[in-house]
Amino acid sequence: MNTRRLKDLLASKLMFSTVILSMLIVFVMALALLQRSMLILRTQSLGELFLSSSWHPWQGEFGFYPFIVGTLWTTALAMVFSVPPSLLMSIYLSEYAPNKVRGIVKPMIDLLAGIPSVVFGLWGVLLVVPFIRDYVAVAAGVTTTGYAMITGAIVLSIMVSPIIISVSEEVIRTVPREAREASIALGATKWQTVKHVTMRSAFPGVVAAVILGFGRAFGETMAVLMVVGNVPQVPSSLFDPAYPLPALIANNYGEMMSIPLYDSALMLAALFLLLVVLLFSVAAAALLVGVKRRYAIG
Amino acid sequence: MDKRKLEENFFIGMMIASTLLVLGGLMSVLIVVLLRGAPALSISMLTQTPKGGYYLGKEGGVLNAIVGSIYLACGATAIALVISLPTALYLSEHARKSKLGSFARQSLDVLWSVPSIIYGVFGFTIMVYLGMRASLLGGIVALALLELPIMTRVMDEVMKMVPSKTKEASYALGATKAETALNVICRQALPGIVMAVLLAFGRAIGDAASVLFTAGYTDYIPRSLFDPAASLPLAVFFQLGTPFPEVQQRAYASGFILLVIVLSLSVASRFLAKRSARYVIR
Repeated sequence: MNTRRLKDLLASKLMFSTVILSMLIVFVMALALLQRSMLILRTQSLGELFLSSSWHPWQGEFGFYPFIVGTLWTTALAMVFSVPPSLLMSIYLSEYAPNKVRGIVKPMIDLLAGIPSVVFGLWGVLLVVPFIRDYVAVAAGVTTTGYAMITGAIVLSIMVSPIIISVSEEVIRTVPREAREASIALGATKWQTVKHVTMRSAFPGVVAAVILGFGRAFGETMAVLMVVGNVPQVPSSLFDPAYPLPALIANNYGEMMSIPLYDSALMLAALFLLLVVLLFSVAAAALLVGVKRRYAIG
Repeated sequence: MDKRKLEENFFIGMMIASTLLVLGGLMSVLIVVLLRGAPALSISMLTQTPKGGYYLGKEGGVLNAIVGSIYLACGATAIALVISLPTALYLSEHARKSKLGSFARQSLDVLWSVPSIIYGVFGFTIMVYLGMRASLLGGIVALALLELPIMTRVMDEVMKMVPSKTKEASYALGATKAETALNVICRQALPGIVMAVLLAFGRAIGDAASVLFTAGYTDYIPRSLFDPAASLPLAVFFQLGTPFPEVQQRAYASGFILLVIVLSLSVASRFLAKRSARYVIR
């Protein structure tokens, strides 16, 4: 065999092994976290861990309920704030906006998508916290430090909007022009076409965009940690502080190596986050593949 | 005016309002952080490491964090590039439509959506297992894992765009797959590769949660791979958490530095991508 052939063979083997390596990382991560959380899973049942709200690590009580509720509330609220404007904006960009506007706005969204999460956190502390404390809470007749669930949700909603916008805009643009033209030819207005034809066709893809945004918000750590208050209690109003799971891990992990059960509990929290995000990401991918297949050209 | 027209106009109004709202929100992030950071910035912030009593408001700067962040992001980008370039080449050449290819892409997409805190926790678990302390190396590895899916998937998408005619011309001249990959595909996809690398670099330099446990934080500039390393995002986070207004001012300044680095990387990537497009045959 000549050297060129040999080089080719070696290169393809090398490339193949890097593919396998990068494919395995997710599984290795999940297994490592599972292995480290076995300790707590052996001593306590899942139901006990996830449904109890008694968080007293020093007495060996690890009720994740307040943290899970905190995570779900902040994320859900963030989606409520960010989905409607993001969707309207992506419809505007893909259907109505003049090319000039789209040419400016799209790169801007890409640019802003790269802002680091601590910068969002800093913005939250500088602007949103005082805004909530001095205006919104006053208007609602409550007192709060401003470090509250609603603050975290606002910061998150701004943070995840670029991903929702760019994915759904792309999906809406894949709907074939013929489908729109058929509707216009039947006498429908542009908005009726958008509502009944374009958005109906793009619906699964738009759902995927929302799921991706949800996944991002669900696991976001620093930006939320900086503004959400971090009090381990079940929040009872928008203006109460919350303590989402990623913040719990970030604040306590590493120092807790000396208490194996605590360490293991935090690993279980990390595993839970990983599995939820994994599920979301697979669901979003399945939906997107469906949309792309339907409109595959040829 | 008829009802349909009214509805249309109403929703167009809503759309424009939403666009302004979202853009306004995102722009206010830039404006607030830049405006509050700029006055707090000084030459000593950029050129000095923290002196004694820095965190009580005494003098010093965040040079440790700036240098630490650059070390971390450069190291991570180098490792990620070494793994992701061959992976992307394989995916776009050998496994364009195979089962392996779609499975690999799917798992990379999942990896992309994994929260960065998980990378930190996972990295730290491995480090404990190996008996390592928080160190530059640990941070580099955690960030490399974070960068890997971003780089690979972006490169893969770009390499798919290389027209098959160009590749076939190379094969027709007797080039092997590896030679074609190196001399034709890499050259043709260069603008995209540059974009992918800078995008991943920007993501790594701004990430806090994954270096929190793995790289630690220190007032010194790391001298070896096994020293802990400071980073800008954590400099923002820690300084903001102190009760002293002088130190909080420095958090704003650190945020300013970080934001300027990330934005200029993003602009530079567009510029470089354009320049390296000279070698692309159309």
